[in-house]
Amino acid sequence: MKYQPIIGLEVHVQLKTDTKIFCGCSTRFGATPNSQTCPVCLGFPGALPVLNKKVVEFAIKAGLATNCKIAKRSIFARKNYFYPDLPKGYQISQYELPICEHGHLSVTGEWGEKKIGITRIHMEEDAGKLVHSDIPGLGSNSGVDLNRACTPLLEVVSEPDIRSADEAVAYLKKLHQIVVYLGICDGNMEEGSFRCDANVSVMPVSSDKFGTRTETKNVNSFRFVKQAIEYEIERQIDLIEEGGKVVQETRLFDPDSGTTRSMRGKEDAHDYRYFPDPDLVPLVISDNWIEESRISMPELPETKLKRYQTELGLTEYDSEVLTATRELAEYFESVISEGAQAKTAANWVMGEVTRGLNESGLEITESPVTPKQLAELISLIDKGTISGKIAKTVFDIMWQKGGEPAKIVEEQGLVQVSDTGAIEKIIDEIMSGNMGQVEEYRAGKEKVFGFFVGQVMRVSKGKANPAVVNDLLLKKLKV
Amino acid sequence: MELFELTIKELHEKLKNRDISSVEVTKSYLERIAATDDKINAFVAVTEKEALRAAEDADKKIAAGNMDILTGIPVALKDIFLTKGIRTTCSSKMLENFIPPYNATAWEKLEKKGAILTGKLNMDEFAMGSSCETSAFGPTKNPWNLNCVPGGSSGGSAAAVAAQQTVATLGTDTGGSIRQPASLCGCIGLKPTYGRVSRYGVIAFASSLDQVGPMANSVEDCAIILGIVAGFDQKDSTSVDIPVPDYEKSLVKDMKGVKIGLPKEYFIDGLDSAVQKAMNEAIAVYKGLGAEFKEVSLPHTDYAAATYYLIATAEASSNLARYDGVRFSHRSGEAESLTEMYCKSRAEGFGEEVKRRIMLGTYALSSGYYDAYYLKAQKVRTLIMQDFIKNFENVDILLTPVTPTPAFKIGEKSNDPLQMYLSDIFTIPVNLAGTCGISVPAGLSRDGLPIGLQLIGKPFGEESIIRGAYAFEQATEWHKGRARL
Repeated sequence: MKYQPIIGLEVHVQLKTDTKIFCGCSTRFGATPNSQTCPVCLGFPGALPVLNKKVVEFAIKAGLATNCKIAKRSIFARKNYFYPDLPKGYQISQYELPICEHGHLSVTGEWGEKKIGITRIHMEEDAGKLVHSDIPGLGSNSGVDLNRACTPLLEVVSEPDIRSADEAVAYLKKLHQIVVYLGICDGNMEEGSFRCDANVSVMPVSSDKFGTRTETKNVNSFRFVKQAIEYEIERQIDLIEEGGKVVQETRLFDPDSGTTRSMRGKEDAHDYRYFPDPDLVPLVISDNWIEESRISMPELPETKLKRYQTELGLTEYDSEVLTATRELAEYFESVISEGAQAKTAANWVMGEVTRGLNESGLEITESPVTPKQLAELISLIDKGTISGKIAKTVFDIMWQKGGEPAKIVEEQGLVQVSDTGAIEKIIDEIMSGNMGQVEEYRAGKEKVFGFFVGQVMRVSKGKANPAVVNDLLLKKLKV
Repeated sequence: MELFELTIKELHEKLKNRDISSVEVTKSYLERIAATDDKINAFVAVTEKEALRAAEDADKKIAAGNMDILTGIPVALKDIFLTKGIRTTCSSKMLENFIPPYNATAWEKLEKKGAILTGKLNMDEFAMGSSCETSAFGPTKNPWNLNCVPGGSSGGSAAAVAAQQTVATLGTDTGGSIRQPASLCGCIGLKPTYGRVSRYGVIAFASSLDQVGPMANSVEDCAIILGIVAGFDQKDSTSVDIPVPDYEKSLVKDMKGVKIGLPKEYFIDGLDSAVQKAMNEAIAVYKGLGAEFKEVSLPHTDYAAATYYLIATAEASSNLARYDGVRFSHRSGEAESLTEMYCKSRAEGFGEEVKRRIMLGTYALSSGYYDAYYLKAQKVRTLIMQDFIKNFENVDILLTPVTPTPAFKIGEKSNDPLQMYLSDIFTIPVNLAGTCGISVPAGLSRDGLPIGLQLIGKPFGEESIIRGAYAFEQATEWHKGRARL
């Protein structure tokens, strides 16, 4: 029998605010355990949460970027359960009235273009973490570190619209790109800033009723998501084929083996006893606030991608490469705004700049060649001061040692020779030294032309203007 | 006259004129506490050393002419208010060793005005009770009759005021916890509108109902204290940002043109005859002062107690989850696993009534029951609120009894939770409606136990109930009665 996988994803996006969602403590990663805490995030008796406005602003932006409807009135709710890393015994989250609903993202791939629904996006606080080893003075005991407690998260819940692991990864990458573009998440998956739970079920292709689903927790890279989903699909199909039944359960992904294992079954599922948090008033969002957020949003990758093709005349591939990250796109756009032509700028950014970054292990924001310098270099080519080939030499010098391109060209004597007299002289010398080839060309073997071009460039050390060389060679060889 | 018999203003004047020192006043109260508290058990802790040190500092300030209204005046606080560095137990074994790292906003405001802390007052455990019998540190006794309860949950506070162990204090009121004990102990207790006073640093029982308010032997002292603690607090999102009026301006003696509503649902058959008589006499007093009366109806009153015991317990079940033995709360020494640590710590740390309410609340919020209990209770709560709002279109304040009976005997209702819960039926609707109420002494029973009357005002209408309470107080002698100790 053929099976159809049905997949829905829940993504936790850690927001890049300076302070926590309900108190003024820092959200910095990696500080001494429990050093970034206060009565509120420690859940002390009498302490009360106060909502961080920035979190709301970030949530609105995430909602707008994923085509959601922003709720004018939303409610925080308590999710009750006991765990040592949850200081209040409940997590403040949103339940019945989340801030964003009814959104979607489009993902393209071998399946064409596909809309994946976003059920909801809600705000919530993160829990702390347990440390089970290497705690000085604690011996074999476990420790609780509450630095992360109360860190703001968005939970983005998709509709079960995804049909393969590849679609899931494409959706995740798109969402990841958006939140990083928006500047609301650092996107660091290793540190858990962007993590995913996958709901997977399978059903016979002929059926229209979804199978029983499992939820696989905390899958922390795109590769793991693909592995976890593919494993789950296969496991569930095998189980059904063998006459077994998929049970509703929470599973944990093991990155070492690429498999999932059962964490808790349905009977152990928590009854979270959600109810509106009486310590927080309903969140009312004005149209004005939504508009302000919309205006302060950067251009999103999808819009950029289209604009690069229609306005700048770039290919789809080039546009995709250049919009992959907001920083790369911003670099590219700066080069253009400094006067360079889009296509040339694209070639340089995707070619020399990217190669330089890869070789030196740098981020685009750390590029030793600034957009302005690159634009100047390109303008030297356009003006005919240097050839494209020489420009690469100049670029290498700029990358290694720094400096302004015009100055480098001048200092190194790299100015292009366009003087016909000087080039004619070189050609004459080469022709008289290679009469055999001259005869061959004149007998119809046009391929030899390239030999002469190469010789001229060699003698001129690459400085001869290629167009002038071509013109003169043609004239002289034809005679 | 003893120093502990003076009002805030009288103490302030004498301190200002250097007739007395803060050390003398503080000592007078500490001696009064020492002389009376063996019988009453109003105090969980007396902070004698700290108080005397603070009194010396206050005297220096006064000498330097640097004085505020409460400078040098000692007060005690219900043990539900977090006091930095001073053990705060909520009268629970769970918090037996809890020393808070910060102050409740309400206490901080009093301290800023110069108040000196003399100690922490007993209460029902986690404010759950109407008799002060659920305290882990033994019951407080009613100064008027030591065999009777002082009411609750702010029973220690009411008893301390009645026994003149403190000039004034702060209580908290979730379903009547200020007004009911004030009534049973013959003092004044004011529950402000929800959002009027910050809840920050007040150990939560039911967050949507809890409210901080003053208790004292005079309406004036209550007005002074309320004026200090009221106001918006950035740390409490539910506190409301509207200006705090000068409540002392409401201390006027006449009631001309004031329309008072008498809700018929509050004058029921089961009402104690002495209570009924006190109400009738009070109505006559008010008429004499120029007030007009009108019978009104609050038709959903019957559902208030049931609604309250669903909402309050639901919120409590969640609010008390943080006492899990991991950090500041009691941890069982017997536990071998995480689950055992939770179960045993909570089993040992919480008393019976607290456990009962946690279970009730957990049940009311459980999947499958939420709609039938919690959600329905919220809907009824809205109806109860509307009852009040509608009536305040026609009358300025409402007059009702505070409790159906005067103080009952210790042990009388402690094994009958339902009977106990019903002692709050006249106070609970005010909390559900989120509005304000005050309890004023209005009579004595045949056995010489105090009876209070309740005035209910519209939301943020504290001025109207202060005026009503003051006019009545000045026209009668009831507030002058003192328990003989």
